[in-house]
Amino acid sequence: MSAQTSVGKPMAGAGARRRVPARPQVLRGVRFAVLLAFAVVFLIPVYVLVVTSFKSLQEADPSTAWSLPRDWSADGWRAAWEALRPGLENSVKIAVSGSLISAALGSLNGYVLSKWRFPGADAVFTLFLFGMFIPYQAVMIPLAGMLTDLELAGTVRGLVLAHVVYGIPICTLIFRNYYVTVPDELIEAARVDGAGLLRTYRSIVLPVSGPAFAVTLIWQFTSMWNDFLFAVFLGAPDSWPVTVMLNNTAGSGAVAVQYNQQMASALLASLPTLLVYLLLGRFFMRGLMAGALKG
Amino acid sequence: MATLRLGRSRRWLPGLLLVSPSIVAIGVFVYGLIAWNTRVAVSGSHDEVTPYGFDKGRNFADLWSDPSWPPAVRHALLFTVVFVGGALLLGAFLAFLMEKGIQAEAGFRAVYLFPMAISFIASGVVWRWLMNPAPPERAVGLNQLFDRIGLGALANDWWQNPSWGMAAMAVPAIWQMTGYVMALYLAGFRGVPDDLREAARVDGASEWQVYRYVVFPQLRPVTLSALIILGHISLKVFDLIMAIAGKQIITYVPAIATYVEVFDRHDPANGATIATYLLLAVALLVVPYLVWSVRAERDR
Repeated sequence: MSAQTSVGKPMAGAGARRRVPARPQVLRGVRFAVLLAFAVVFLIPVYVLVVTSFKSLQEADPSTAWSLPRDWSADGWRAAWEALRPGLENSVKIAVSGSLISAALGSLNGYVLSKWRFPGADAVFTLFLFGMFIPYQAVMIPLAGMLTDLELAGTVRGLVLAHVVYGIPICTLIFRNYYVTVPDELIEAARVDGAGLLRTYRSIVLPVSGPAFAVTLIWQFTSMWNDFLFAVFLGAPDSWPVTVMLNNTAGSGAVAVQYNQQMASALLASLPTLLVYLLLGRFFMRGLMAGALKG
Repeated sequence: MATLRLGRSRRWLPGLLLVSPSIVAIGVFVYGLIAWNTRVAVSGSHDEVTPYGFDKGRNFADLWSDPSWPPAVRHALLFTVVFVGGALLLGAFLAFLMEKGIQAEAGFRAVYLFPMAISFIASGVVWRWLMNPAPPERAVGLNQLFDRIGLGALANDWWQNPSWGMAAMAVPAIWQMTGYVMALYLAGFRGVPDDLREAARVDGASEWQVYRYVVFPQLRPVTLSALIILGHISLKVFDLIMAIAGKQIITYVPAIATYVEVFDRHDPANGATIATYLLLAVALLVVPYLVWSVRAERDR
């Protein structure tokens, strides 16, 4: 194999030289143009959102739908802020506290399932993973009843509980896959020195866990912030996060549709997760890959 | 012997204890509630006051004579075919264009992927505007844009078309998930060792043959992962449709049906039965994949 490639290299070089006449460059140009065209198409919704959100109400009608605003107006944004504020507050409470608890649980679970394994650990892990894929409708009816019994129905705490519990599988997965890369020898050495489970975690595992915490926090924050299903089944007006508020204000039955406010609301509701994505995209990607069970 | 075993369990017992709260939580909230939901499905309790009985599973058959159920299944299938097919092909195609490196690659990736960070509820607001079904002279959105750029023939009634509406509903979902598929495939392409391609070229393979016989076969696991991920998202689609169409019958799907049965029709048995069907569909797709994944990991 290695002999073949070492013999092969000059030949491949010669072949490439023979074919060189401008074709690769043309192909490269075509590829770039196609990618650029798709990028423009992907950005169309963003253009519409931004442009419409800065129009005044009179201007935000069909006749000027695709043009830039003549007078940039912040009315839409002001109205959106007023309408969504309680929802934004609830979303912050839910997503921040929920993702912190999720990450802590995920870290401990992932540590045990990769480094301090007990008999049946693989089976437990597989059973956890299935919980990641279930349609939550299949638990929603009894879950709502259970939260009522616990007096958590319609509260922010109830929503946090649901998010944290159903977030255990993905968080455990992310941390477990990450900890597999920590050398077993380090753990063994600590054990030999007499360090117990928690001591080893604190002194060896936790200090190197930064990246996995970043991935998990971002992933959980994003999915809790964007959640609609739990909120609509388990929430109440007092605890509705921004997604439910947004969907209510954008209700299709509205008398006169205020496109500028709607688009500003949609942008406002997406800003936190978009900022996280733009600033910490690298970690966001790793969370995505973990979701496909690839470590 | 006994002491030895005790000694060993002393090694792993603290770990088990540390994980036990999560085991209990998953046991109760996932498996316990699924069991409870199945109980509701066979309870024959079609309003909120009848005490639970046992209908021997009749409701699973009766549901099919509910006029809104068969269309919901048909809609979900049409949506799934268009969405999964569209996102898979487009994502793979974009990754194929990028895999050998291209200027501004990071920029392209960021643009294709950003929709993943947005909720379906928020993007639904703009897609409802874009897919406005009114004819060009009155419409906002894409119909008007098509008209302006001389493609008026493309203007259509989008998701409000009775037979193909769900295909239009898949467009925003494709927009949202294509970047993810692209990222999976890009990682797959880059995971194919250069030696393999080089060896094929030495053997006289054309660049197309290198792809056809060397690279593409290596991407099969990626395709499988992407299919499963997209498939289960598709079966569960709820937010997107609620944001664009609400609870209209024309875009009715099982996930919406559960919601309507619970909140509007106050029929827990029907809601639970639909949810069970949904769970079975997802389980058929996911369980073999999970077993395969865990086994593949063990063999590695």
